Parts: sequence; structure tokens; C-alpha cells
Amino acid sequence: MNTVVLLVCTGLGLGALYFLVASGLSLIFGLMDVLNFAHGALLSVGAYAAWWASAEAGAGFWWAVLFGTVTGTAASVLLELAVIRPLYSRPRDQILATVGVGLALPALIMGIWGADARPFQPPAALAGTVSLLGAVVPVNRFVLMGAALVVLVLLRLFLSRTRYGLVVRAGVEDRAMVTALGIDVRRAFTLVFAIGGAAAALGGALAGLYFGSVNPGQGTGLLIFAFVVVVMGGMGSVTGAAVASAAVGLVQQFANYYTAAGLGDLSVVVLLAVLLLVRPRGLTGRLA
Amino acid sequence: MTTKSSITGTESPTGVTVTGPGGTSDGDSGTTGRGRTIPRTGESFGDGSTALRRALRWWPIALLILFLVAPYSALPVPGLLDGPLGSPGSLQLIALCLLYGALATGYDLLLGRTGLLSFGHALYFAAGLYCTDLAMLELRLPLLPAAAVGIACATLLALLLGAVSLRVTGIGFSMVTLAFAQAGAILVQRNPGGLTGGEEGRAAPADLLPSSLVGIGNTANLYWIALGYLVLTLAIVHCTVGSPIGRVWAGIRENERRVEVLGLRPYGYKLIAFVVAGALAGAGGVVHLLLTGGATPQSATSDATLALLVMVVLGGSGTRWGPLLGGLLYTWAGHRLGDLANSSAVADLPAALRVPLSQPLFLLGGLFVLVVYLLPGGLARLPARLRAARAGSALPVRIRGNEAA
Amino acid sequence: MTDDSSLTQDRKAAANGQVPGAAEAPAPLLAVRDLRVVIDGLHILHGVDLDVAPTGVTALLGRNGAGKTTTAKAIMGLVPRTGSLLFGGVELAVLPTHLVVRQGIGYAPEDRGIFAGLTVAENLRLAERDAEPAYDLVHELFPELRKRSRQAAGTLSGGQQQMVAIGRTLLNRNRLIIADEPTKGLAPKIVSEVAEVLARAAERVPILLVEQNLALVRRLAGRCTVLADGRTVHQGDTAELLADEEASRRLLGVGSRRASAAAEQTGADGPARPVESVTEVTST
Repeated sequence: MNTVVLLVCTGLGLGALYFLVASGLSLIFGLMDVLNFAHGALLSVGAYAAWWASAEAGAGFWWAVLFGTVTGTAASVLLELAVIRPLYSRPRDQILATVGVGLALPALIMGIWGADARPFQPPAALAGTVSLLGAVVPVNRFVLMGAALVVLVLLRLFLSRTRYGLVVRAGVEDRAMVTALGIDVRRAFTLVFAIGGAAAALGGALAGLYFGSVNPGQGTGLLIFAFVVVVMGGMGSVTGAAVASAAVGLVQQFANYYTAAGLGDLSVVVLLAVLLLVRPRGLTGRLA
Repeated sequence: MTTKSSITGTESPTGVTVTGPGGTSDGDSGTTGRGRTIPRTGESFGDGSTALRRALRWWPIALLILFLVAPYSALPVPGLLDGPLGSPGSLQLIALCLLYGALATGYDLLLGRTGLLSFGHALYFAAGLYCTDLAMLELRLPLLPAAAVGIACATLLALLLGAVSLRVTGIGFSMVTLAFAQAGAILVQRNPGGLTGGEEGRAAPADLLPSSLVGIGNTANLYWIALGYLVLTLAIVHCTVGSPIGRVWAGIRENERRVEVLGLRPYGYKLIAFVVAGALAGAGGVVHLLLTGGATPQSATSDATLALLVMVVLGGSGTRWGPLLGGLLYTWAGHRLGDLANSSAVADLPAALRVPLSQPLFLLGGLFVLVVYLLPGGLARLPARLRAARAGSALPVRIRGNEAA
Repeated sequence: MTDDSSLTQDRKAAANGQVPGAAEAPAPLLAVRDLRVVIDGLHILHGVDLDVAPTGVTALLGRNGAGKTTTAKAIMGLVPRTGSLLFGGVELAVLPTHLVVRQGIGYAPEDRGIFAGLTVAENLRLAERDAEPAYDLVHELFPELRKRSRQAAGTLSGGQQQMVAIGRTLLNRNRLIIADEPTKGLAPKIVSEVAEVLARAAERVPILLVEQNLALVRRLAGRCTVLADGRTVHQGDTAELLADEEASRRLLGVGSRRASAAAEQTGADGPARPVESVTEVTST
């Protein structure tokens, strides 16, 4: 029982991390048809910015997280304006360009701070554990879950209550028709990149907490699992991404624990292939 | 007000398609993509310096001969290579460059010739690499049978996974191939049954390799194998692309639906491209095994596929020499930039310059973005673009007009 | 059946009252000159000329595949285009789609362009551009839309979806409405309802109407432009064209009398697309 509770908490914590990456990825793909291979790099930017603020600049933990998030958001907006937008009429080149950025950014981070993992010191309040149903669970799992929940609620409010949310939802269905109603959909592009970058960078800052350290390849390593979540949850669907990320995190943790190590990762990746094959529309499935 | 009798036909795609993909020439003229939408371009390239072009047609043969005799040369190439041309170190680097040039050329069968964006090509490379290695290590097979096993495994895997992956199209295909390749990378990393050696990889058994391929003194032999593999790849790609199948590939790349309208099933043709490219990658794995003396898990990562992608796009996808050029440049730059990073010249630079310069991947990634952005056809189409730009303003303006609108 | 005959009667009245004589040609609201479209290397339009009259309905006719829908999309900037599109002194050909719309052009596309996952109210809200959108007018013309405002637009019937599409164009004070086959796939009863709305809308804003239903065209349109193979082959008065059996057959592939006959025959079992059904043989 203890193990199950711990696995559930760890799986959900990991799932929360996936959600933070995948929600933005999903919105960006849903609206713009751009599979953003640089999204993992945005997570790394957030992670290193938060680590830098906390370890080098001596900022408090929450200020460091805020700094990481803001830096990631800025990087994401810059990516959209400088790299994606000029290639607007060349969809394949947009993907290739994000691949290039996805290679270059972690390399730059590696150049500045080295290839080795840097330990991330959590504040005392978040370093401890709590007892839950007899299991000893690290507090950081709940921090991640809480952050993912807050992001989920905020995203849903944004999508359902604001005019830009309406534009994004409509754009996910039919981008051309949105422009044919006189709306400059490119502003929504920048906006979803900002939102996606913010969520990913927040994930990066909290990933340091979850893994206890940051390293340049962290984001790219998480990206493939975020892809699984996006495809499972349906492109452009935030709620779908939330459910799928919880499922993927749990499957991965349980499979890794109860079968051979690594089999969980393998099963999730194979799940992606199977999903795409069984339900090729998963990629075009519209907003839930 | 023109009153024209209109019984001839409509805009139905069938009427126009036949000339579209069918008439596509090999990509090396540099005008394939756009030449057709603007008929005048084709004409202006047709006549002109025909005699000169005919004489220059033999340059690949001349270059091949140069490459063949390179090991006998002691010519120093300062800047480009550390030692003289024929030294083992230089030959090893050139051989790696040739190998990756060939791998990129094979990968371009998918990306540039058929329009398939596969993110899993490294899987078939790694399959050829590991299967050959394991056939020697575990089955104690000599090199040639082991290589046959390795290439057969890669081909079979490509057939199997290609048959499955190609059931989805577009970005879905890219992601399925990525998923399969990632599964392969994880498998290799996890070292099932101690077979793959995990992070360390596994060295090829020296006792089973022919003695002429072992030792630093025999680097020239490995170099010639790499050169042979490159020539073979170029020949296979050239032949298949020029064949009727290749013309269907070009049609699929341009517009898959129009191929369907012609009554052809793109699936089979795409699968052929996938399997041929997979087999070539598997063979490349064998060459890599010989060149580096072992199999390492880096060969299976998605980064390896992305490197191929960068090479192809850098050189110019869909052109005859572009991927080779990109592969040569990327591999050479990767090694030389690594050396440069450790050199004292860079170490003395201020941090703002030193840090980016010390990361080959940063430079290559950044260069890649620039090429995608500024040089859509890659380096191979650069001369044609310059020529078009010099030819006057009328034509480029029309091209830009079509693209922008 | 009865609906279609009522259409024919209405048409005579409208034709007498509205259609300006062929001699007087007022300055066009939208002047399209040498419009060309190339998609994926395929030349789809090669030289469309088109004048949209400053009042009433201008029809864009032609056989299936002649390039009518592409012309509408090209005006909107939804496909890459070259040529001149002069709209009240503004060149539209250099503008992206959203700026074309902001010149005061409402667009109801061929597939209706409804956002299926959004509610009816949200679909309309998305189209708001004016400070005071004319919900009164839209709800007066389509009372059903008010009733169903919270329903997902994807669950509406085809006719109701068309009402949303037209409603979106009437919400703002547009200077031109482009309606691409608004009656396509609709039941005959709905066709006459849509025709009624279009006739009323045309009293306040000029309409460029792409239509295959010749009965509807005959009822509504003053002037018309006929396309064939991506080119303009005829511009002139609609009534005159449809009265001239030889010209109708040559340009539209069917005699006008046969066209209305065919419309009445096919009208009962769904979409009335006489031109297409009769000319299928010759066009391939």
C-alpha cells in the first residue's frame, strides 16, 4: 500500500511536469500546426534561469521560480517572433527551425554552465516529506501537482472567458476562417507561444525541485513524453492534455517499478506509436 | 469580353498532373522546385553554355580519382586537417566525413526525394551497427556474414516499421518514426540481457576482423571502404531517383493527392523509399562499426537523426550533391569546431564569444536555423539562386510574389 | 416543388424592379482585373476580370470547377494571388485576409466556415468588429439563432449553420458581402428562406453571390460574370444572359429553360445544382 501511494504521488508529480510542457505544446500545435521541437529547450531555459537566480544570485525560491518563468516566456516569445513568424508560409521549415533551436539552446546552456548536472537547493519547507496513508512522500510532488492544477484552471479560464481565448479555440478549429472574420490570428500565435513558454519554463523551474538538479538535456529528454501526452490528449485540448499526462506519468512509474527499469519509458513511447496508428486523427482531433 | 468555347475541360487536377511529377528532372539543376511554375526559367537554363557543361560533366569522376589516391599523398592541408592528407588521423576524419555524406544522401531519399520527414532514421543505422557487432560477438560470425546479417536486420526492421509508420501521413508519420526510434534508443541504453553494453556500447571483436582492417596502419583500407560505401549510395540513389519509381517519389513529394488521382498507390512507393533508405543506413552502420571499432548508444539517439536532418537541409535536400556536401561539412565542422573549442585562440577570447564558439552543437544548430531561414534550398542551390538574382529583378520579384501572397 | 415555383414568380418581380439596364454601367464597387492564382504549381485562375455593382446582387457563374470559389477566396486573400483588386480606391491584392475583411467585406464561405466546437453565440461574437454589432438585425432575420445561442454550432442543421454564416456577415456594417454557394446542400424550403434573407440583405449592402442554382440567380442577380477554365468569359446582365438560350448553353453548359426545369426536378431531393448535373459529361 505504501508503495502504491508513493508511486501514485510520484507518477502524478511527473505527470504534472508533463502537463506543464504538453499544454503549451498542444495549444501551439493545435493553433499553428507547428510541432515545437524547441519546447524542451524552453524548459531548460526556465530551469537554468531559476537555478541561476537561486544558486548564483541568491534569490529566494519563489522569486527564482518567477524569474525562471519570466525568462522562459521571453525566450518563447522571441522564438515565435524571430524564428517562427518569418517562416509563416513554409510549415515544414518552421518545424526544421525549431529543431535547430532545440539543438542550439541546450548547447549554449552547456557552454555556459557545463554538461554536468547542477544541484538545485530547495527551501527547507519543500525539502521535507509528508506522511500520506502511511507512505512517506516528498513535498515537491505536491508542489508540482499544485502548480499543474493552477495552470490548468488558469488556462481553462483564459480559453473560456476571454476574447483571445475564443480566438485560440476558433483558430484551433479553422485558422483561415478566423482571419476571414477580420482577426489578426498572428497575435494569437505570439500569445500561445508566450503561454506555452511560461508553462514549460515553470515546469523547468519545478523540474529542478523534482529531480534535485538541473542539466542541459533535461528538457529535450522530457519532450518525447510530452509528445505522447499531446497526441493522447488530442491536439489543442488542454483538458485532454491534463488527463493524458496523469495517465502517462502513472503508467510510467508503475511499469518502471513493477517490471524491469526502463520498460515504463519504453511502454509509453510504444503507446505513442500505437495511438497514432490506431487513431491517426489524434493529431487533428479538435478542442474538447 | 472574351467569348471562348469552354468544352475543353475544367481545373480538375487530372489534366495537369501528368506533366507535373512525371516531367521532374533530377534535382541537381537547381530549378526543379520552382522551375515548373515559371516556365521561362527552364528555357533560359537549357541553352547557353552547353559545351562547357558537357566538359564539366566528368568532374565527379575526377574528384573520385582524387579521393582514391588521397591516402598516397603527403600533401599538408593546413587549416582543413591537422596532419598531411595521407596520415591516419586525416584519413580517419575524411572517412567519417564520407560516411556521413553517404548517410545523409541515403536519408535524403526520404526527406528530399519523397518528402517524408522521418525522425527515426538513426534506428536503422544503429540496427546495422549493433546487429553486425552482435553477430560477430555472440554468434562468432566472420565480418562479411555478420555484415550481411546486420544489413538484413536493418532492412527487415525498416520494412516492418515502415509498413506500420507509413499508415499515417504528415507530422503523424514523423512522430511515429520518432517514437519507434526512441524505443530503440531506450532499448539500447537499458542493455537488455547485457547484449548492447548500455552506456558503454560494445567494441567489435578484433580477432574476428580481417587483420587488414585492424590497427592504425590500416586506416587507408577503412577509408577506401567508406569511399566505396559513398559511391555505392550515390549510385543507388541516382539510379532509383532516375527510375520510374523515382518519378513517382517526386510526384508524392510535390502533391501526394495528385499521385492518387493518377491511380497510383503512394503507400507502396513510399515504403520502397523507406526500405531502400533503411538498408543504406544499415550498411552505413557496418562502415561505422569498422571505422570506430565498436557500437555506442549515441548512434541510436534522436540526436543522430537530427544531425542527418541538419546535414541534408544544410547541403540542400532533394539535390544530387547537396546532402553529401552537407554531410561532409557538418562532420568536418563538428570535429574541427571541437578542436577549435579547445585551442588557445578560443580560450583567450572574452566569455561572450568563447562560450558559443566552444559549443559545436550551438554553432551548427544556429547555422541550421540560418540556412532554413535564408537559404531554403541549402548550399547546393546557392549558385542557382545567385544566378537568378544576377539575371535581373523581373524573375525574382515574380517568385517572391508567388511565395509571399 | 411549390417553393421552387414561388421562386420563379418572385424572380420576375425582382428582375423588373431591380436590374439596371445593360447600357448604364455605374462605377464598380470592386473591380477585379487579371486575377491569377497558382497553387502547388497548378494555374487555377489565369485572368479573371470582375466588376461588382455598387448596389444589389452581382452573380458569379460558371460550371463546376471553373474557378468561382477560388476567385472568392482570392479576393479574401485566402489563397496566394496576383492581379488587381480595387475596392473603393483600396488595393486589396496586397492586403492579408484580416485587413481585407476590415475594409468592410463580409465573407460566407462555401463550406460555411462554422466553428463546430463553439456555441452559436460564440461564433457570432467572434465576428464582431463594430462597436455596436447589429444583433437586432441578425436575430430579426434568424430568430432561431437567438433561441439556439448556447448550442454548439456543430450540432446545427445545414440550414441553421448557413444562417450563422450569413448572420456573421450582417453583424457588422460591411460594404460588401461575398456569399459562396449559400444554398449548397440545403433543402428546398431552406433555399427559399436563404433567398429571402439574401434579397433583404441586398437592400442594404451589395452582394457578390457565387451560385449554381440558376433559379435563385435569376431571382436575385442584376449583373453577372461567367467564368470558364479560370478566366472570365462573359460579363453582362443576368436576365439577358439567361434569356438567351444559345449563350446560356455555351457559357453555362445548359439552356436556361432546361436549367429551370432541371432545378424543379432535382429540387425535391436536395441540392439544386442543375448546371453541374447536366454538364458532367462534357467537362471531363
